[in-house]
Amino acid sequence: MICSYCVSSNSVGNKIYINLNETFPCVRLLNATHQIGCQSSFAGDVGVVHLLESEENLDWVLGSGPNPPYMVILESTLFTRPIMMKLKHGSQRVAGVVVVEPTTNPPDGFSPHTSCPNENTGVYSESYGPSYAHCNVTVWNPLGTGLSYEEFDFPIFSMKDSNDTEVLRRCYREHNRAVNGSTPQYPLCAMQLFSHMSAVRDTATCMRRSEIPFSLTPEEVCDPLGDENVWASTKPLNNTAKGHKEGESVVIAAAKMDSRSFFFDVAPGADGTATGLVALLAAANALRNATAELNRTILYTFFHGETFDYIGSSRMVYDMENNQFALDLDNVHSILEVGQVALGSNSRLWLHSDPVSRRNSSVNVEKLASNLHLAAAGLNISLEEPNVTQPLPPSSLQRFLRARPIPGVVIENHQASFTNKYYQSIFDNAESLQLNYSPNLTAEEQLEFVTDAAKNLTEVATAVARGLYLQAGGHPAGMNAVQADSRLVRPMLYTFLVRGKNSWSEQLVSPELASQLKDRPTNFYIGVHQQMSEPRFMVQTILANLTGTIVNVTKENCQKQKEDEEDLYYYQWVQGPLRPNSTERDSFCVRSGVRRFAAKSPAFVLREYTS
Amino acid sequence: MTAAVFFGCTFIAFGPAISLFLFTIAREPLRVIFLIAGAFFWLVSLLLSSLVWFISVQISNKESAAQQKGLLIFGVVLSVLLQETFRFGYYKLLKKANEGLLTLSQEETMPISIRQLAYVSGLGFGFMSGAFSVVNILADSAGPGTIGIHGDSQHYFLSSAFMTMAIILLHMFWGVVFFDACEKRCWWAVGLVVIVHLLVSCLTFQNPDYTATLVPAYVILFGMGVWAFYTAGGSLRNLKLCLTCKDKDFLLSNHRPR
Repeated sequence: MICSYCVSSNSVGNKIYINLNETFPCVRLLNATHQIGCQSSFAGDVGVVHLLESEENLDWVLGSGPNPPYMVILESTLFTRPIMMKLKHGSQRVAGVVVVEPTTNPPDGFSPHTSCPNENTGVYSESYGPSYAHCNVTVWNPLGTGLSYEEFDFPIFSMKDSNDTEVLRRCYREHNRAVNGSTPQYPLCAMQLFSHMSAVRDTATCMRRSEIPFSLTPEEVCDPLGDENVWASTKPLNNTAKGHKEGESVVIAAAKMDSRSFFFDVAPGADGTATGLVALLAAANALRNATAELNRTILYTFFHGETFDYIGSSRMVYDMENNQFALDLDNVHSILEVGQVALGSNSRLWLHSDPVSRRNSSVNVEKLASNLHLAAAGLNISLEEPNVTQPLPPSSLQRFLRARPIPGVVIENHQASFTNKYYQSIFDNAESLQLNYSPNLTAEEQLEFVTDAAKNLTEVATAVARGLYLQAGGHPAGMNAVQADSRLVRPMLYTFLVRGKNSWSEQLVSPELASQLKDRPTNFYIGVHQQMSEPRFMVQTILANLTGTIVNVTKENCQKQKEDEEDLYYYQWVQGPLRPNSTERDSFCVRSGVRRFAAKSPAFVLREYTS
Repeated sequence: MTAAVFFGCTFIAFGPAISLFLFTIAREPLRVIFLIAGAFFWLVSLLLSSLVWFISVQISNKESAAQQKGLLIFGVVLSVLLQETFRFGYYKLLKKANEGLLTLSQEETMPISIRQLAYVSGLGFGFMSGAFSVVNILADSAGPGTIGIHGDSQHYFLSSAFMTMAIILLHMFWGVVFFDACEKRCWWAVGLVVIVHLLVSCLTFQNPDYTATLVPAYVILFGMGVWAFYTAGGSLRNLKLCLTCKDKDFLLSNHRPR
């Protein structure tokens, strides 16, 4: 018997390969006309490791290096459009790219999204405000490189800067580095990346291939992006009676709850998404006791998939037009949308509106704007309006305006271009909001710690709540009673941006779903509609607790009432707080008006994938 | 390029054995049967020794490296002893089978001599032993990578292949010597075979110092080869006759069992 591996007692595979953990791929996405993203070949792509030192060093990869194909390792400062385009065109010699994630955000900003987000699916087109179309007047995302929307034939992964990356760099230095012009000798350090994607070409082709009818085991080669939108109303609305509701005049308070980045399943979306979300949730909580004084109903709507050509809002508009929703467009009085509201050193917010529909005298945006100004009086923030010739930034309101002119305002923290330097990137995280927790605080203390971001956001939420109060017919005298609670804003920010699983969030979930809370920042990516997405789950849970009322029933009755009164209410059994010195919880039943409805593009309903 | 390593090592390890099989065994069905049975006996001995090894590893202290190393040495020694026991068992079985075959066959002479049985059973042991030694190493060598990322020696695959070749041929020589010694009741020769087997297996504990492992193994291989040659009835005279193609017995014996 041979004992060939006696000394180290590793198996042979461990002598040859090192597995890298904590990597995130870039995946294939399809739209009506193109495919974007990256993929590898079926058995993975193998290439010789090359650590790119500068843009000039690219010549080794693309021309002079003797051992193609190369696997290019990029530090994040080199992950720029010119370098990636050169690599894309030299793809015979490039086996793949690995980007090392830095530990701090790049100070100059970084955005792989396009400079004009959702260019073709907004309201501005050749037939509506053509001078505003395609960002002619304002380039919203000037730092945008459009990398997320390019197509690459090789795999691209991102790696955290950790021990594995050090191993990679050492391997390169010891084996692959060409010293003084000499050619590195075999064996060389190499890398294999697997990210094979089945989807190709465009949505129509892919859906056709998924639906080949004569196969015994039909194979889905792609899935539609989608999840669910969440809505709640201040007055219970009958959800089973779809279509127009007589006498209802509703103010829609909207926010989006998704984000993306270049890499799959990484979407911290702090300024881009979480701020607006938290502000609206806190505003909904502030108004929970004032609903009796309102004569219009406020509909809090949280849209999913807005990053990808307005999946959520386009579906809602479609449902409203086709009597598939509890209300229709005639019931909508006005729309207030909360966009990116992270306040920097100056506490200024801007009220954007659509100049084209404002020319129509029946569209009364001035009333909404003046209500908001009144609401912000006495608070530490200032609300201003940009120039009347400025179009609407990318927002869900644009999809409503495509259907009919409705007065609407979008609250943002930028006057013209975004102030967010990391729009839709992996760097739009707690650090970019300066959410700094002192490192010697425990998790519990961090939850309670008052950051500047939390304070500012509380002011914004109060302004939004008061604005909604006035718009929904509340009397200005009762306005000051409406106040957002900073004790809710702090843990919400912590939950979304630092750690989803904490003592505050654990109180709000039902016991079966407690495992859905993750020990990391929320991933705002929408994902495919078969899987539950984190932000929707969090928003639904938080909204139910923040706007609902506690009813005194047992667990079994709570479930039963869920089924009985489905038209009007939503019942949820909630874990509740921990009893002191025990692992038991005081659970209770919460009744709220929180609903969900599908957020999948109407194209999949109509089966028209080419528009 | 790893395909070259894979095929090269496969042919190095199994080349001589396969060519021996093709030229001397493949045409005679009886020899093939006894070769496969021999391989099976080796497999059973490995099964038993691995059972003991597995149980002892489970009940041992997995953290202590010294204990694991000691356990490994114990496992190797036990396996060698079990293999030789099974070789003896196979010899006994073949003696009984030969008597049975004689009563069944219509000829007066035995269809297969004990010397041929020694050769094919040894080769059968060798094939199976070689397969188990080297097949998973060959499988790993066919991937996109090769050894070296943690600084291990580049010569791992090649020396594994050479060692396997040596072991296969050694098993064949041990078979010849062992059976002959059992026939003549020459127990010191049996003991010597066991000791040499133990020696070769324990030589591999010196890996990754491949020179210290391979050179003695090949010296022993050469020595055993000479011993087996003389045991099987060879001598310098008929070697010379064979090489110059003048040995009438050899030429005739290709067509008749001897």
